[in-house]
Amino acid sequence: MNEKKMTGDEHYETMIAEENICINENIVYDKPHDALYSTPMHYCPGCGHGVVHRLIAEVVEELGIIHDVIGVAPVGCSVLAYNYLNIDMSEAAHGRASAVATGIKRVLPDKYVFSYQGDGDLAAIGTGETIHTCNRGENILVIFINNGIYGMTGGQMAPTTLANMKSSTSPFGRDVQTMGYPLKITELVAQLPGTYYVTRQSVHKAVNVRKTKKAIMNGFLYQKENKGTCFIEVVSNCPSNWKMSPVESNKWLDENMLPFYPLGDIKIPSNSSKNNGE
Amino acid sequence: MAKVKGDIIIDIEKCKGCELCIEACPQDTLEQSRSVNTKGYLYIVKVQDNCTGCTNCALVCPDGAITVFRQSGKKKEQIAKITNVTGDLKVTVG
Repeated sequence: MNEKKMTGDEHYETMIAEENICINENIVYDKPHDALYSTPMHYCPGCGHGVVHRLIAEVVEELGIIHDVIGVAPVGCSVLAYNYLNIDMSEAAHGRASAVATGIKRVLPDKYVFSYQGDGDLAAIGTGETIHTCNRGENILVIFINNGIYGMTGGQMAPTTLANMKSSTSPFGRDVQTMGYPLKITELVAQLPGTYYVTRQSVHKAVNVRKTKKAIMNGFLYQKENKGTCFIEVVSNCPSNWKMSPVESNKWLDENMLPFYPLGDIKIPSNSSKNNGE
Repeated sequence: MAKVKGDIIIDIEKCKGCELCIEACPQDTLEQSRSVNTKGYLYIVKVQDNCTGCTNCALVCPDGAITVFRQSGKKKEQIAKITNVTGDLKVTVG
């Protein structure tokens, strides 16, 4: 129909949409802009903390609860989580993030409350608080990042360090006769009647990132049902203290961590179809 | 075979060069560059034009440095018409 008008001195040019596909209508993935600041994160290259921060921000944006979420940051590498997440955050004493989250949830029962803790925080110094929070069945979400080592303080042995795994305080490998066995805290809290949804995920591959996002979304949604604690363990890496490159550390995680910490749902609500188990 | 065409934009100042996206990419589209950004990291660049927009690289990126685009199903759709009348430029959208 344009050909009739192509007469005289006028020239017509047709802009084809496939010339430049970097336009806003074609975006299929972009990082969250409201719930996540554009500040560069201080984490080491390849660290799983950045992925989990981004997933929390995505879930908060998709659920539209950015003004109704209160997070509790731990002591550890992710102590500065409030510098990256544009949501209300509180800081807790070492290991006491779930206790602080309990108080926040009891004062403000309409808000979504989560605590974000590492393995040195949740499984070592805060074991008592974690177990009693889960035993009381507080309606909070606990996100537990397990990388099997104390990351911030320089790679010391953690309760979750694997047997025969080298760390700076077990330079010949963790000897289970003298140093004990690794602690499976997720299976531990799954036995308690107060927990409602207990799962273990990882972020080392794209498919696992998608599953972790679903798990975090379920964890936020189940808070409205007031049935108990949601506990999400994310098996992560620590390239700096494992003394590997990020790619090697993910491979090591796949070969060594995942056989001991198998992925999947450990406890799911009986009458719910929203699970992403394996 | 209908080829899906995608593209990515990497924020090279946020990139820390961890190479996880290179491992995640099924098309071998990405490679590490030979120059550094202002923080001294060897950032990641796109070296091939075979991106399908699968978003794997952006999902595993710990720093959220990758934005993924994928061409929508409508092909060769005319989105604007430019009429150039000897210096007088008219753009008609639609």
